Parts: sequence; C-alpha cells; structure tokens
Amino acid sequence: MESSKEITAGSELKPPITSVGVIGWMRENLFNTPLNSLLTIFILFCLYAIVPPLVKWAFFNADWTSSGQVCKESTGACWSVVTNNFRFILFGFYPYDEQWRPTVSIVIFILLVIFSHNRRFWNKNLIYVWVGGVVVMGVFMRGGLFGLSVVESTKWSGIILTLMLSLFGLTAAYPLGVLLALGRKSSLPAIKTLSIVYIELIRGVPLISLLFMSSVMFPLFLPEGITIDKILRAQVAIIMFTAAYIAEVVRGGLQAIPSGQYEAAEALGLDYSQKMRLIILPQALKVVIPPTVSILISAFKDTSLVIIIGLFDLMKTTQVTLSNPEWSGFSTEAYIFIALLYFGGCFAMSNFSRSLEDDLKT
Amino acid sequence: MSGGQTKVKEINTVEQIPFWRDPDKLAIFYQAVVLSLVISFGYYLFYNAQTNLAKQSIRTGFGFLHREAGFEIGESVIAYSAANSYARALAVGLLNTLKVSFLGIVLTILLGVVVGVARLSTNWLVSRAAAIYIEVLQNIPVLLQLFFWYTIFHSNLPSPRKSMHPLPGVFFNNRGFYYPLPADNPVYVWVGIAFIAALVAGYILRRWARVRQDKTGQIFPAGWCAIGLAVLLPVITWAVGGAPKELNVPHLIGFNFEGGINFSPEFGALLLGLVLYTSAFVAEIVRSGIQAISKGQTEAAVSLGLKPRRVLGLVILPQALRIIIPPLTSQMLNLTKNSSLAIAIGYPDFVAVANTTINQTGQAIEGVALIMIVYLFISLVTSLFMNWYNKKKALVER
Repeated sequence: MESSKEITAGSELKPPITSVGVIGWMRENLFNTPLNSLLTIFILFCLYAIVPPLVKWAFFNADWTSSGQVCKESTGACWSVVTNNFRFILFGFYPYDEQWRPTVSIVIFILLVIFSHNRRFWNKNLIYVWVGGVVVMGVFMRGGLFGLSVVESTKWSGIILTLMLSLFGLTAAYPLGVLLALGRKSSLPAIKTLSIVYIELIRGVPLISLLFMSSVMFPLFLPEGITIDKILRAQVAIIMFTAAYIAEVVRGGLQAIPSGQYEAAEALGLDYSQKMRLIILPQALKVVIPPTVSILISAFKDTSLVIIIGLFDLMKTTQVTLSNPEWSGFSTEAYIFIALLYFGGCFAMSNFSRSLEDDLKT
Repeated sequence: MSGGQTKVKEINTVEQIPFWRDPDKLAIFYQAVVLSLVISFGYYLFYNAQTNLAKQSIRTGFGFLHREAGFEIGESVIAYSAANSYARALAVGLLNTLKVSFLGIVLTILLGVVVGVARLSTNWLVSRAAAIYIEVLQNIPVLLQLFFWYTIFHSNLPSPRKSMHPLPGVFFNNRGFYYPLPADNPVYVWVGIAFIAALVAGYILRRWARVRQDKTGQIFPAGWCAIGLAVLLPVITWAVGGAPKELNVPHLIGFNFEGGINFSPEFGALLLGLVLYTSAFVAEIVRSGIQAISKGQTEAAVSLGLKPRRVLGLVILPQALRIIIPPLTSQMLNLTKNSSLAIAIGYPDFVAVANTTINQTGQAIEGVALIMIVYLFISLVTSLFMNWYNKKKALVER
C-alpha cells in the first residue's frame, strides 16, 4: 500500500517494514547472524520443552490445600506442604497463640524498609527510627513488658530468626566494622596491626568455622556457671564475621576521600574524632552505600548457615516439616517456596542497590 | 601587651605542653590501653578455658591426632579405614575439600565466562536467559541450592537396580553417577607422559612463535598447533602401544555397582551447587570486565584490520583480564570457603571430618584452630598464586 503511493519531493520514505516494528526488532535482536538464529531456535525449543510441562506441574495439576495423602496420588506440584504448614515454616516453635507478635514485628520491619526506601528521609533521624524500631521489635518478640508473656529466645525460629539474625547482625556489625576500618587506616602501629590481623583472619576462614567456634568453643571461654544461649552465640559469630567484611568496604570509602579533605580538617584544628565524625566518615560512608547493601544481602543469605549448628531458622523449620511422614517427598515444593522468599528479599535489595548506584553516580 | 608576651612565652616553652595534648604521648597511651585490654581479655579467656578444660578433664594439645579415629569416611582419595589415626582422617577430609574446590573452580570459570559473554550477546533471548540465570542463582542462598540438588540426587533418582542408563556403561542412580574407565594397562602411563610432553612442547612452541612474531611480524598459529599436539601425541602413543580397548565397565553386584569410576550424590550435589552459585557471580565479573573496555578500543582494533577473533584475543581480553582477575580471585576463595557447607549434605570435607573429631574427642579449640589454619593456608596460597598471575598479566599488558 505504502509503496504504491507516488513519491513526491520532500515526503519522507518510511523504512521498509522488515526493519521496524516486531519484525525489525526480531531481525535485529534474534536473527542478526546465522549463529544467533541457531541460538534463538535452540532456546525457543528448550523453552517449548520446559515451560509447558512446568506450568502444568506448578499450576494446573497442582494441589493447593489438600492433605498429604491426596497429594501423593496427584501428578502435579503439592503446594499443600506449604499452605498446611505455613505457620510452622514461618514461626517454628514460637508459641502458637502468640504468633501475632512476630507478625507485628515483621510488619514493623517492612514499614521501616518502605520508609527508608525513600532517600528524602535519609538523615540522622533515620538512625533513631531504626534503633527505635528494632527495640520495639525486640520487645514484641521477647515480651516481659506491658503484660506480654515472656518468650525465651530459644523458641524464636523460622523466618523471624532469619530476620533477627541478619538485622541485629548488621546493626551491631556496622559500627564495629567502621571502627576496624578506622583502625586499619590508623597511624598507630599497634592498633593498625590488631585491626589487620582481625580482618584478614576472619576473611580468610569460612563462616561455618566461626559458627562452630560459637557453638563448641565459646562455652569453654566463659567463666563457670555462666551460659549464653545458642542463638546469641551464633549472633556473635555472625557479627564478628560481618564486621570484617564491612571494615573492608568502609576502608575502600576512606581511601576514596581525597587527602585534601583530611588536610583541610586538620588545618581547621579539628582533632581526630571530630575530623572523622564531621568530615571524613559522612563522605566515606555515603560512597560505600551500594557495597554495604551487597554485604547486607550476603549476610541475609549467610544466616541460613546457622542450621548447621542446629538453630531453627527458616530452612530448618522447612526440613522439620518435611521429616513428617505425611509431607516427606515434597521437598522440591517446600524448597522452592523458601527459595522464593529468599529470592524476593535479595532481589529487592540488589535492585535497590543498583538504583542507588545510578543515583549516587555524579 | 603583657598578655601577648605571655602567649609568646608559652609557645617557646615546648616542654610545658601537658601530656594529654601531646599527640606522640597520646598515641603511646592509646596503644598501651588497647593492647593491655586485648591482652587481659585474651588472658581472661585463656584462664577460663584452662579451668573449664581441667574440669572436664580434657587434655589440651594435638596428641589426639595420633589416636585411632574409629569412624568411617564415605569417600576418600587416599586409602583410609576406621583403624587409621585422626591425622589421616583429617588428611582425607582436606583432600576431599581440595578435590571439590579444584574441580569446582575450573568448571566455575568455564561456565562463568560462557554465561558472562552470553549476557553481552546481541541476541536478546540469549542475553535475557543469561540475566535470569545470574539473578536467580545469585539471590538464593548456596546452602538452599545444595539441599535442593542433594534431594534431587538422593531422593528423586532411581535405586541402583532401576538405574537410569543414558549411554552404554554410564549409570545414574541415587547412590551416585557411574561411568566406565579404561582397564589398567601400562600403555596409559605412556599416554600420560606423552600428554605432558605435548604440553611442554606447546609451551616451547608458543615462546618460539612469539619471538618469531617480534622479529618478523609473521603470525604462527601456535595455539592450534599446541591443542593438536596435546590431542595427537597421546592418541599416537595409545595406538603404538597396541591400542588397548578393554574398559572397566560398572556392573550391578547385589544392591550396588562395582567397577568403573563413580561420583557420590553428595559430591555431585556439592559440586553442582557450588559451580552454579559461584558461576553467576563470575559471569557478572566477566560481563563488567568486558564492558569496562571502552568501545574505542574495539573500533581502533577493527580499523587496524584485525579480524574479530584477534580483536577479542589481542585487544579486549588482555585488558579485561586485568580488571577481572582480582574479583575472580575472591570468588575462587569464596567457592573454597563455601565448600565447607559440604557438612550439611554429608560430603566428608575437612570441616565435616574435623567436626566429627571434635565431637569424639572434645578437643574443640584444637579442632576449630585446625579448620581456621587450613582455610587460611588455602586462602594465602590462592591469593599468592593469583597475585603472581595478576602481576604477570599486568606486565604483559603494560
């Protein structure tokens, strides 16, 4: 139709139909070279072979709320393993009637996250908001105040343990990491050596060895008659581990600050703590926000390791569910469910860190 | 006036600065405080440990290493039985760790480079697929992935009697992955020697080719020749040696397979989980390394008349490698450290064996110290090697 029109001077020729629109896009992006065409066909074939059966398994033939017996006879996925054990997988051994309390804590946590997502609120008050929020969450979890019954931390399990370990872990590790980074950049040889030894020692060993240390070695180091519960010990190990990694990240930030800033601060007559608090750290910490979020992500993923020393985190409550004969054999579905939970958290954080990186790039 | 004079006086009399304003003295003071705190804290822990150990009548020291271990280890590179010492058991664990780490690192780099390059592909589908691969695998804890693969290998594969049998002599079942191995024959020793000789010859060839190129400008396809040598020389040796075709094929005896070579499901799950997880990170490193090379470099190389393959090999990769190697090193170390998660799925790596040792002997401090020393040593050796390689690359590239 287009070609039949008479071409007059000054009128613009439209590009051929094969180079615009869907066809043009496909020619450009899917079939631009023989090799790419082959790859495209191969991938399409793989998708055709995988996706329809997968969708059938996961949705059309799936059982959503039936009992384990019914599930065993069906050919689809058995999501009932999740829906029937939802509260146990999420909250574990937390007293059944009190499970609204961890729910409230999680809601507070989500609200805090949404609140801090907006960079308009990034100032000193945010720190106080977070500290306050964490304290309130702790009060809700532990109880003992305002007529809430006490729930010992040994009963904290499921997703709340995962969240608490990573949240408290990072909150405590951050200041420690900053101190270690300052120590490593310090001009005092003794402090510098101690910091370097600590950082390199911790970074050289796997987290699991620190967790073992917390579970079998810490009790030996405590004076007689004093015991610290297992969760707190694991928490200490996670803090020690994360602090070393934060220290390295912060060190990168400290190195990125031009020496003129240091010299100017000294020329103004500020002492060491003023110089760091008012001039250097505010700039350095801002530079390293994206890598710090990466550390938050790995700390979140790493909390899953506490299962090895026998804590009941999200993964362990899932495995306990799976050890029930009614639900054994549905591990794939259960693991997919917690994988989705972890993926959701980590993916949101990494996307956030990526957008921050773009924002902070000047 | 008089006030000004006193100020001058004060500045002149340096000795009068009180010690709390003298940075040198303060530095010594702070360090003394920190050191004494650390030392006294350390002594406090040491003292507590001593009394606790004395109370539980556990003898400290590494004497337990020579005692009989008394536990079996599922798989081992060297001969081992329960009657061997703890030291040998730990050595078995260490070798298992090294085995899975080495194989894992090699496979991770291969897979990571492929996915990283695929991420940059001009083919929309390929780059999307690579992006999904990277995002999904990066954002799920490696331990969960290990559990996932282990359950699939262990519970979802058939029993040995109903093994999957995709190729003659190859069997998959829930006890592992079995494949045939050529039967013992002295020829294979010579084949191995021929292979090493081919590698040496290839190296010499490459140096000669480089010298020749520097002198005359002519390019000699040394890489292809070296690959050809490495394949041909062993094959010729094998043919000259009588071409033994006998295979040691795995076969079912009772409830289990005998013969051939096998991977246990634990090893398979650990290797697969570690490789998939780490390769996602390596892919990102490779992608950003290649992207960091400015487009002008490619365009300049093309305008010099280089073929696309040479552009990649001579211009892009040497520069990208310099960016890629340091983060790649830390990923290799991460893989090695993550291999300690083997304990969760029952692969007898060093940490698992050390943990059994701790539980049996009660030597917690020594056990944890051994774990830390071993991993520190591995980290140190790897970083030394990679630093050396990094320096070499940097020098060549200038």
